[in-house]
Amino acid sequence: MLIVRNDIGRNWIVKVSAIVIGAVSLFLLVTSFDKGIVLYEFPSEPTGIIMFIIEILVAVYLLYLGIIYKKYLVLVLVLVQMLLMTWYELLYAHTIEVTSNLFVDQFSIIMALIIGIIGSLICVYALGYMKDFHQHHKELPDNRNIFFFITFVFLSAMFGLVFSNNLVWLYFFWEITTLCSFFLIGYTKTQEATNNAFTALWMNLLGGIAFAIALLYLASQTGGVMGLEELLASGKAIVLIPVVLIGFAGLTKAAQLPFSSWLVGAMVAPTPVSALLHSSTMVKAGVYILVRLAPIFQATLSGYVLAFIGALTFLLASGIAISQSNAKQVLAYSTIANLGLIVACAGIGTYEAIWAAILLIIFHAISKSLLFLSVGTVEHKIKSRDIEDMNGLIMRMPKVAAMMVIGIAGMFLAPFGMLISKWAAIQAFIDAPFGFIFVIILAFGSALTLFFWAKWMGRLVVVTLKQENLETDIDKNIWIALISLAGLTAITCFIFPLISSTLIEPFLMQNYGNAAQMSQDNIIIMMMMLFLIVLLPLSILLPQKKYRHLTPYMGGMTTNADLSYNGAIGLKRDLKLSNYYINSWFGEVKLQNLGIYLCTGLIGIMFLSAAYMGAIL
Amino acid sequence: MISFVGVLAFILLAPVIGGLVAGIDRKITAHMQGRVGPPVLQPFYDVGKLFEKEKTVANDTQRFYVISYFVFMIFTGALFFGGGNILLVIFALTLAQVFLVLGAYSANSPYSHIGAERELLQIMAYEPMVIIAAVGMYVVTTSFNVGTIASFDQPLVLFLPGIFAGFIYILTIKLRKSPFDISTSHHAHQEIVKGVTTEFSGPTLGLIELTHWYETVFLLGFVYLFFASNPLIAVIAVILVYLLEILIDNASARVKWQLVMKSSWVVAVIVGVANLAALYYLGVG
Repeated sequence: MLIVRNDIGRNWIVKVSAIVIGAVSLFLLVTSFDKGIVLYEFPSEPTGIIMFIIEILVAVYLLYLGIIYKKYLVLVLVLVQMLLMTWYELLYAHTIEVTSNLFVDQFSIIMALIIGIIGSLICVYALGYMKDFHQHHKELPDNRNIFFFITFVFLSAMFGLVFSNNLVWLYFFWEITTLCSFFLIGYTKTQEATNNAFTALWMNLLGGIAFAIALLYLASQTGGVMGLEELLASGKAIVLIPVVLIGFAGLTKAAQLPFSSWLVGAMVAPTPVSALLHSSTMVKAGVYILVRLAPIFQATLSGYVLAFIGALTFLLASGIAISQSNAKQVLAYSTIANLGLIVACAGIGTYEAIWAAILLIIFHAISKSLLFLSVGTVEHKIKSRDIEDMNGLIMRMPKVAAMMVIGIAGMFLAPFGMLISKWAAIQAFIDAPFGFIFVIILAFGSALTLFFWAKWMGRLVVVTLKQENLETDIDKNIWIALISLAGLTAITCFIFPLISSTLIEPFLMQNYGNAAQMSQDNIIIMMMMLFLIVLLPLSILLPQKKYRHLTPYMGGMTTNADLSYNGAIGLKRDLKLSNYYINSWFGEVKLQNLGIYLCTGLIGIMFLSAAYMGAIL
Repeated sequence: MISFVGVLAFILLAPVIGGLVAGIDRKITAHMQGRVGPPVLQPFYDVGKLFEKEKTVANDTQRFYVISYFVFMIFTGALFFGGGNILLVIFALTLAQVFLVLGAYSANSPYSHIGAERELLQIMAYEPMVIIAAVGMYVVTTSFNVGTIASFDQPLVLFLPGIFAGFIYILTIKLRKSPFDISTSHHAHQEIVKGVTTEFSGPTLGLIELTHWYETVFLLGFVYLFFASNPLIAVIAVILVYLLEILIDNASARVKWQLVMKSSWVVAVIVGVANLAALYYLGVG
């Protein structure tokens, strides 16, 4: 892929790889969904050595970049990390033997499906999008070969991450995802892109360092508990400190406050990158590890503080989203908010909370990728990603607008996925000690999300005068991805009881000895709502010739239906309608600073409480 | 389990009760203002007349939104009176409401546009309190099922006095009463004409009116739930609450949306946290 530079060759390679990856993920589902956890013994040498060498090479390369771009913070962080890992390799690596380096269980399969199917669809979409992108931006160098190469490395690293039992391996893949996102964010090589890429890099390196310290701690203090399964089995008191450190790494990767700015900055990258980062890779790695470690967090002070960081992020990021008119910014803040909710569930760590968390991961990945990809498509056609410019999109790009509406509905309305998950989260929170605080935060946060999603939806469905259809020449790869994802949004809602009973519940049984589920009655009612939602739009198709069309009421002075007033001396004054953004309450700077202070303080408390637990036990 | 008697009773009786409530409301309001007022059955005549009017729309999608609004409002109430999950009831209510807002947006008119924005603000203002109320009921009765909550042997209001007061506060928004009737109002002559409903006329407006009757009955049912252990007291409580809302409506002028938002949230936070914390402290549930 790196060497093929022509479109046709690349199209074939990407499509075949995408199909293979998707098919393998499905094959994995079919063959091992009922097997529970399967550990694979895979020789750790020489793989460990190779990983270490790659890590060092990467570190050296980053040092080089740090020097030429004068990013000294990155320089320091890379050096620290290099030091830590060399220390680990020299002192401990040879003494520790993890028997099972790889494993597969239902949660891994769910993650693999998300990465395999959604990730691949995004790659297919990228084929069409990047072609357009380089036609629009002739000034940028066309490095699509590198772009697709890194994208697939990214997906591979994600697969490695979710199947690794050996924490050192997990760490390796963790760092690879950091690196890939760094390259992809900085793809356009503009000043802004480079800066934001470095922001993403240093924040994630900080997490990486915490992870490395956790590895060292485990190796030196616990006598070499280096497998994820062994870690979970070895009791809270002993491993709480390293788990909190890894949890911190998870927070940076999942872009929780105070680290949210890297994900917002990542918006400068081409849209498929954003979609990838937000839905199936990167941030999902962060919440994946937190959900994995949830049994340790459960009922500890550190866990509650972690949950509180998540809940606060949910509330503040949802608020900030109200004040944004840039569609990608809104999506970014909504991602941060939803990740916050997942983190909150992981911090609570009961089986009900984890049920909610996994549902959130699944549904969020699907709806969010759909939204990003449709925003990207619209952006290329109307040359803007501002929500105000999408006024009446339903008249200009009916199909894409419909998909966007499906995606938005998927994010906040009953009976779609995200709402089912929020419902599950309410149930989980209220059953946990001190849960009422989280429920109240969730109630307010949800109200905020409702506001910004609904006003966006409102912009899209405005019916204006007949306008030119802009979606006639959209690349067919783009359609493939959009239609598949829109289909998935709806289908997962229908089959979610099945996903829950075959994958999530067995996983919970195994780890908690208890499983949450939705009662039969409620599922039936949800299905009725779904059918209604599907059937009602058909009413538009009913013959309605009898209805006479009138122009909107404009206070008596209307000139015609295109919303303009008669001004003085025969001028025509156009009318423009726009949404509320309520900047004075939900301004980005204000809320973000508040969040940074609060959450930094909370992270401090999280570490202190873990250290205290470690000290007394 | 869903009680089909409850569902059927709601679907058939709610418009009758809702219409009567609207008629009595207008009568009492008139007396408060020193007028005689229309006959109690006037709302039925009004809606009947709307359905006979010429069928006009601003665009073809409006009918879809209004029908969806109507269907999901009935769904909400039916699920509630059928004894279903109260959170699901709230979500269905939100869905219905969003359809009305989308209908208002689609019309592309300045008045209905501002109405739509304000309607969303209203939803944002009241929704947390409604969820907190449901959660409060769960904490006391350990169930989200309306059926189980209703058959709890003590009046819930004793455990949830703060939450009940908070609910009454936001009920003013839901019933579209002054001072919180910012998105549309029962009375014309306001700065945004008729707000969300400006661009609906004839049969579609009639349907919106009918939906509002369904909604009123559902909301009064929610109030009933706080007293459900004794049906007689509960009915009296519901009547008193509604009279109080009429009084508030007539005694106050419309406020700005900022105040609606802020005050609803402040009330919800204070009563929600205080009441739930008290329950938690006392070990109820």
